[in-house]
Amino acid sequence: MNTPANLKYAASHEWARTEADGTVTIGITDHAQEALGDIVFLELPAVGRVVKAGEECAVVESVKAASDIYSPMSGEVVDINQAAIDAPESVNADAYATWLFRIKPANPAELATELGGLLDAAAYAATL
Amino acid sequence: MPLRTPLYDSHLAANAKMVDFSGWEMPIHYGSQIEEHHAVRRDAGMFDVSHMCALDLAGPDARGFLRHLLANDVAKLSTPGKALYSCMLDQDAGVIDDLIVYFFTAERYRIVVNAGTAAKDIAWMRGQLKGFKAELIVRRRDNDDAVAIIAAQGPNAQERRLTGTDAVAMIAVQGPRARERFWAAFPDSRAATEPLGIFQAAEWRDWMIARTGYTGEDGFEITIPADAAAQVWHKLLAAGVKPCGLGARDTLRLEAGMNLYGQDMDEDITPYEAGLKWTVDLKDAARDFIGKSALEGANARRVDVQFAGLLLLDRGVLRAHQKVITPQGEGEITSGTFSPSLNQSIALARLPAGVAVGSEVEVEIRDKRLKARVVKPVFVRNGKPCFSEG
Repeated sequence: MNTPANLKYAASHEWARTEADGTVTIGITDHAQEALGDIVFLELPAVGRVVKAGEECAVVESVKAASDIYSPMSGEVVDINQAAIDAPESVNADAYATWLFRIKPANPAELATELGGLLDAAAYAATL
Repeated sequence: MPLRTPLYDSHLAANAKMVDFSGWEMPIHYGSQIEEHHAVRRDAGMFDVSHMCALDLAGPDARGFLRHLLANDVAKLSTPGKALYSCMLDQDAGVIDDLIVYFFTAERYRIVVNAGTAAKDIAWMRGQLKGFKAELIVRRRDNDDAVAIIAAQGPNAQERRLTGTDAVAMIAVQGPRARERFWAAFPDSRAATEPLGIFQAAEWRDWMIARTGYTGEDGFEITIPADAAAQVWHKLLAAGVKPCGLGARDTLRLEAGMNLYGQDMDEDITPYEAGLKWTVDLKDAARDFIGKSALEGANARRVDVQFAGLLLLDRGVLRAHQKVITPQGEGEITSGTFSPSLNQSIALARLPAGVAVGSEVEVEIRDKRLKARVVKPVFVRNGKPCFSEG
């Protein structure tokens, strides 16, 4: 299973990447897309929505089932991936290239704490 | 310990993702459920359906017993090999199971029932058999001892008929090119099976080859000795038939508007509430089948629901148990999925009587209400969209 070393992971199978501008990009892991099977629909949060870490804020639907996506970070949703909404199967093709939404953390202290609470690649891989 | 079919190793060799299905370890897909779906609509795919249970009914009262046991009437079967779809009802007209019965003679029938209900079905049938001169023989379907059984077979394998107690496997080969590819793999079977009409089976050597299926496409469902299963599977693979899992089987049957037991109907539902009135045969007024009085006359259960199809007009995916809001009241989705052929979500639903085909209703999905159109519950057959709004 593919778990890139430069990302952080939630036990609920989301990945997070901190960008140069301080925002955090969120997607689902390769393991998650594999377990879900053919993905056919994404429901992403509204831009501007403020979420708490661990809050349900998106839904990924495969032919088989609907799966809730939890934001690993607290903050404001500043962008969603329209290309992924238009072609949900791209999550199956490359779960790390196909990000879902971006969060602008509420404050730097919280960001550090929440990032610290996430798993690194090896620790996430060990949960699978 | 989950049950395994004789094709278990063949599934693993084809990279199947295995899941539990009614106690059986079965392939859900072999990579992409959608590609498998398209293979069946456009060319040919095969499903291991060995978890379903084949039963042989033999004896002088076999016909009379089935006329009592089933809501559809086996009396209409007179051509050897002809098949009939029927519900088996309890006294309250609840559906115990849906099944296919194949006629060979008035004293010999083959019945195929669902995997998850087989034990319950067999117990019910045995209970009803009292007073009838007929024997129910359960065909073994697990792969335990399959090798030992081969050793016990005589030299006349080609003369053998599937009426003994040998374990069997079942494979459904489905799609517009299914028969052609099947004949390429087994050319000797062609003469016996090319004349078969839809819903008709032939016994060929020790196989039963039926022109039936659960996908809305042409093809065969074959019942073969368990020990031959892996070799048959590999010959079909070599002939270009794509292995397909239970995932594709579900999207295909739903597009074809075919009910799934346990989801679209069960013991709390009559055939009339599940779109299966066409399978209840009341023509012979003298025939007294189990559940008949609950469907008919003064004591009839009131039927104020209809079974319909839904096409989701907004983006999303319809799922079982979602609430449907109509001007006539609330209904419920019984099966829903994303249709790979139509590229939109479809569902089967029980709606209040009076909701017109062609009208627009709303479905509650999470915190939203999405628009759906009511259609007749058939979406795709023979590779073509065929839903009707009028």
